[in-house]
Amino acid sequence: MTQKLIVIGAGMATGRVLEHLTDASADIEVTLINAEPRGNYNRIMLSPVLSGDKTYTEIVTHDDAWYAQRNVTCRFGQKITTIDRAAKTVTTDTGDTLDYDKLLFGTGSNPFIIPLPGHDLEGVIAYRDLEDTNRMMDMTSCNKVVVIGGGLLGLEAAAGMAARGVDVSVVHIMGHLMERQLDEAAGYLLRKALVEKGITVHCQANSKEILGKDGHVKALLLDDGTELPCDLLVMAVGIRPNVKLAQEAGIAVGKGIHVDDQMLTSDADVLAVGECVEHNGAIFGLVAPLYDQAKVAAATLMNEPATFVQKELSTKLKVTGCDLFSAGDFADGEGREDIVFRDPARGVYRRLVLENNVVIGAVMYGDTADSNWFFGMIREKTDISDMRETLIFGPAYQGGSTADPLSAVAALPRDAEICGCNGICKGQIEDAITAGATDLGAVRAVTKASGSCGTCTGLVEQVLAVTLGDDFVIPAAASICGCTDMTHEDVRCMIKSQELKTMPAVWQECGWKTSCGCHVCRPALNFYLLADWPIEYRDDPQSRFINERKHANIQKDGTFSVVPRMWGGITTPDELRAIADAADKYMVPTVKVTGGQRIDLLGVKGEDLPAIWSDLNKAGMVSGHAYSKGLRTVKTCVGTDHCRFGTQDSTGLGIKLEKTLWGSWTPHKLKLAVSGCPRNCAEATCKDIGIICVDSGYQISIGGAAGMDLRETELLIQVPTEDEAMEVIKAVTQLYRENAKYLDRIYKWMAKVGLDWITQQVEDPGNRTALATRFEVSQSVYRKDPWAEHVTEKAKTYQPLADLTLEAAE
Amino acid sequence: MSTWIDIASLEDVPQRGARLVKTQLGCVAIFRTGEDEVFALENACPHKNGPLSEGIVHGKAVTCPLHNWVISLETGMVQGMDEGQVATYPARVIEGRILLDAAFLRERAVA
Repeated sequence: MTQKLIVIGAGMATGRVLEHLTDASADIEVTLINAEPRGNYNRIMLSPVLSGDKTYTEIVTHDDAWYAQRNVTCRFGQKITTIDRAAKTVTTDTGDTLDYDKLLFGTGSNPFIIPLPGHDLEGVIAYRDLEDTNRMMDMTSCNKVVVIGGGLLGLEAAAGMAARGVDVSVVHIMGHLMERQLDEAAGYLLRKALVEKGITVHCQANSKEILGKDGHVKALLLDDGTELPCDLLVMAVGIRPNVKLAQEAGIAVGKGIHVDDQMLTSDADVLAVGECVEHNGAIFGLVAPLYDQAKVAAATLMNEPATFVQKELSTKLKVTGCDLFSAGDFADGEGREDIVFRDPARGVYRRLVLENNVVIGAVMYGDTADSNWFFGMIREKTDISDMRETLIFGPAYQGGSTADPLSAVAALPRDAEICGCNGICKGQIEDAITAGATDLGAVRAVTKASGSCGTCTGLVEQVLAVTLGDDFVIPAAASICGCTDMTHEDVRCMIKSQELKTMPAVWQECGWKTSCGCHVCRPALNFYLLADWPIEYRDDPQSRFINERKHANIQKDGTFSVVPRMWGGITTPDELRAIADAADKYMVPTVKVTGGQRIDLLGVKGEDLPAIWSDLNKAGMVSGHAYSKGLRTVKTCVGTDHCRFGTQDSTGLGIKLEKTLWGSWTPHKLKLAVSGCPRNCAEATCKDIGIICVDSGYQISIGGAAGMDLRETELLIQVPTEDEAMEVIKAVTQLYRENAKYLDRIYKWMAKVGLDWITQQVEDPGNRTALATRFEVSQSVYRKDPWAEHVTEKAKTYQPLADLTLEAAE
Repeated sequence: MSTWIDIASLEDVPQRGARLVKTQLGCVAIFRTGEDEVFALENACPHKNGPLSEGIVHGKAVTCPLHNWVISLETGMVQGMDEGQVATYPARVIEGRILLDAAFLRERAVA
């Protein structure tokens, strides 16, 4: 017989219960009653809404359609006045009395308001729901706000408003911020970062009274006499489980509604989940245990066995620029030892607390990359005696197979974020895998996880491995995309050995599964073909990303940016005048100086591109290829021309290099720099190829990075003359073009093939010359200005095909 | 009643590419596939209004240049886990000329 379930409260925990029940098509008729006039939204994402990174609609988890589709009867904006457990009915404030077989409490929590004098003034709010968030979002740079409470929620509120330019002060009663999650040292670093964001922080500050004027908050008075003026006062000092209704119904309550391991209350037909419950003396504010509870409650309702177990929790702060992680217990105590690592220059702090050779607590600030690994150790109670010496440096420094490489990922909770770009959690990936996405490409297609920057690809593969067990082998190299089973390396070999010189030839000979590839494989194939067959293959613009097809960078509003080349960063008054004239003529909204020593004109309309290029061409300027997987710029310092320390003509060499390499296509972007002495003012040691001039010649180093990864270059070779330097750089560029995987920067390629191999190839004089010669052959086709070509041959394609604005109005 | 407006020659749109037609209410993107089929869609991705005409065309789909959402040219439906739909308009090719339905464009002007 169909059971009638009444759910009180539409929050994250009950929402998850409903998902489990309806996913399992349980034979249960659900009525959802919510005092707030709306359904379930992702409350933990209110901070990104406040800071403007997300909108409310983006954080709605269940909309009307969702409830309708799953046959959930909704009574939003209604309150329950009485519960009659004997008759098994509830009565709402609309006067309706409803029968239930099972009742589920999800009444959540109430923010705690300190009963200071003046706490009931208008303008004193908590940080709990959308209304509170909207109040804070109404604040502007003309407003002052005081936040009482330097915990997770209070700091997210403060940072969110500070990001909107509001003058924010945080008042915290304890000696350092987030004292429940952080130790003093990490609290210090956090405070420093918040002060840098313009937030005023008062620690060890006791609030005495809230002052008002005409019924509205005016200032907060501290007990040392300090008066902090404010237009809004936010109290974020904790939550109290909301037990009133349960208590009135005679259900056992303590701090929260008492529940057992099955989430049953003292009445076997009444369950409770979320922030309103108390389990073994604990109450809950973070989302992970709430989801665990929801899973158990759903199972209990479906008469399936399940047990709620409290797990170790970890905390991350959702404030941009404050990377912070804490987990476990890190109080000092007898028999406990600390391992601490500090790097003051980078603002990094790490502390592990050990007891009996097991990590029981971890605090990390500034660099939290290894937090999941440490968190896994805490949960697994891993014995660390064998790696004690290097433990603090993280997994990369552990020799041998001390730990199962998958254990960290296996230990992650379902709501652990795997793909930061797309906000995809482990649970979503697991669900996709269970639903049949059993390889990386399929997971990416269904969830988008690892589909943006790709740095989480390894993690996604590990989730696959953990979920599928022996059915999934982490591939040594994944196939290019869903169109083929072959890897990039396989396809490159085929193109060379089988002399495949057109795209259809590759599709045919390599067994492509789609008619004409996709947006992932086509740009890669186009590059491989033109790199290997520069004379025979004709570049296919339709297989290029828009930036390379239109020789300009697309912006978020569909306009483009235009960056003319400034050879070696040298320009002239005439060039600057031409750029200024173009900016005026085409009403360019933003003119920016780039990090590559040139000028970016942002916000140019697509239709205007050929005209602005033509104007710049007339002043002698050409495309800067600021959009290409190819040579970008050669950054220089002034060298011997002006600098009293310069050892060689670094500017001259930079210009020569740029004039030699420009227009060349490479697997990813290629940035160079030449510094005239080891003081390295051109920052050559973080470039793909960096040249440092010394008295005895030129140090050429490769494999730097200053983006998502940060790496210093490694010395490839030192040569005595400029001509040799030019030849080496052409040769190493060609070697990279011929061998690297599409979208691998030099440092990634170098990690695969090894610097030694690259050095061998360019040290050998015969091989070096052969490589440089092949580079020149390719450049005979590509060393030209694409702008000039498009102006003369393709200008028409930048205009609309037809204008029907008049036609349609008839 | 359908009245078909002659827009341009099929050759004016590159294979696996797109061009724009301006209407009173923004632009309609005319796509041409590798098989020479022609489709007309609203030139705005349902995600962040990315200009679909600038995307890479593959099979009977286009990938938005801003965030790689993949949209079916036949139905306008967003593919994969993302959700949304782009308006599609009747288009046909007769004797090498691309034609659009005037009635739909008028509705678009009124809408």
